[in-house]
Amino acid sequence: MAALAVRGLEKRYGRVTALGGVDLEVGEGELVGLLGPNGAGKSTLVKIVCGLTRATAGSATVCGAPAGSLAARGAIGYLAELFRFPGWYRADEVLELHQRLAASRGGAAERSELLDLVGLEDVGRKRVDDFSKGMQQRLGIAQALVGSPRLLLLDEPTSALDPAGRRTVRGVLEELRRRGIAVLLNSHLLSEVELVCDRVVILSGGQVAAAGTPDELAQARGVEIETGSGLRTFASAAREDAPRLVAELVAAGESIYGVRVLTTTLEEAYLEAVGGEGS
Amino acid sequence: MTAVLTIAGYALREALRRRVFAVLLVLTVLFLALFWLGARQAFAHPPDLPPVGLDATEFAGAIVLGLGMFAILFLGSVLAVFLTLGAVRGDAERGLLQPLVTRPVSRTKLLLARLLGAAFVCVPYVAVVNALAIVIVGRSGGWWPDRLVTPVLELSAAVLILAALSLLGSVFLSATANGIAVFMLFGAGLVAGLLGQIAEVVNSHTLSQISKITAWALPFEALYQDALNRITADASGLTEFALDLGPFGGGRPGGSLLPLYALAYLVVVLGVAAWGFNRRDL
Repeated sequence: MAALAVRGLEKRYGRVTALGGVDLEVGEGELVGLLGPNGAGKSTLVKIVCGLTRATAGSATVCGAPAGSLAARGAIGYLAELFRFPGWYRADEVLELHQRLAASRGGAAERSELLDLVGLEDVGRKRVDDFSKGMQQRLGIAQALVGSPRLLLLDEPTSALDPAGRRTVRGVLEELRRRGIAVLLNSHLLSEVELVCDRVVILSGGQVAAAGTPDELAQARGVEIETGSGLRTFASAAREDAPRLVAELVAAGESIYGVRVLTTTLEEAYLEAVGGEGS
Repeated sequence: MTAVLTIAGYALREALRRRVFAVLLVLTVLFLALFWLGARQAFAHPPDLPPVGLDATEFAGAIVLGLGMFAILFLGSVLAVFLTLGAVRGDAERGLLQPLVTRPVSRTKLLLARLLGAAFVCVPYVAVVNALAIVIVGRSGGWWPDRLVTPVLELSAAVLILAALSLLGSVFLSATANGIAVFMLFGAGLVAGLLGQIAEVVNSHTLSQISKITAWALPFEALYQDALNRITADASGLTEFALDLGPFGGGRPGGSLLPLYALAYLVVVLGVAAWGFNRRDL
């Protein structure tokens, strides 16, 4: 059973269509990146899945339970794009509050493990008010992991993090994949998505514009061969054509110093999918 | 139930942390000190020749305590409104609500827990300050209300209803708009109460009807009036007549159905709030 199955999901706010029939699936233990320009419907999709917003049409199920139901909410962990914890709570207390609400029996051991996972092991007794924005974001990730969710929904989890913090989060995501937790990662950072995600879904104008593994999305752009007489580019050639091209050049008396198969980057694939649409 | 108590505890802790709570405590101490001074003055200078049939001690005591009850209702309402005015939309706008709402706890329970959290603060606050006001009046002038427990409970219930109305408003309005709306309702209720007392003096049926309808539409006012009425339930003759002239004595009785009606009103207000909250996109 898929951790998340979305079928023909629509959301309209009056005359504005935020989602216009989205199909999407996240398998158990799969890490899927959700990309798209501002207003593409990414946050709306995530909000529907975690029950904050109701869909106009279509369906979304979390581990077989309708999105928003108590069973579905019991199976998810969620980090909102804009969130706050009460400043007077200590990090440990924030997690304890969420343990109670999630009916988690992990106790102090779970809290300690989660704080350790996000690199906050030494500040469990510190008040949230004393946390930097990045620390709060990492605490948010720890909060989302309370109760061992089967599906984790992360809405821009690294937006406030410095490079070191981003690396910590990447480590967390890789650890989650190892544990078999499915993740839907909504992010603007293409490099980050490319590094950690098994699959990528690109939304544009409330619809899926492209989907696939980063390799699938990266289209062939030709073959570049460095010869004794200079760099030669074969724009219409594919990876399979490289040995033949090299053989032909050698037969023609050229010396070969290097061969490079050219592909588009995720960024180029993204820009192509959204039609160059900016934020 | 654990989730409800957890959220109620969260709300309670939030309430105790808020600066408004500390400010209110200071105001309450000031109020009680002034009330004590006022009560002493009111009893220190009885009229030399009170009108025949007027119990001057009872009149002064009831008026002073009635004034105190009005102030307690106001302070309790400020507390109730500030604890609940941003419970839904306000907290959602600040990003505090989303992490809680996505947990496997129904929104209705979350709303009930917020009311419970406010009730844990407001009800004891009103009950204790009201009891202290009664003791101050009793000690200063030797006058004790005819009924002790019911008026205290009614004043507490009035504040609880205001908290529920504020919670309902928080589902649909921003915190500022909600605060203004609830205090306008509070003011409307009190004006209706005054109109009722004027109606009695000028014998106006229309004014009396307007006052009655408003008091039932906003039962915190009916509860306050009934509480006022009960503290001088045994008054008679000229004393009763003088107290009825108001504004802080001889409130209108609410009748035996008032507690039941207030409870039903509370349930309906919470029901509408839960309906709105469950339909709301966050």
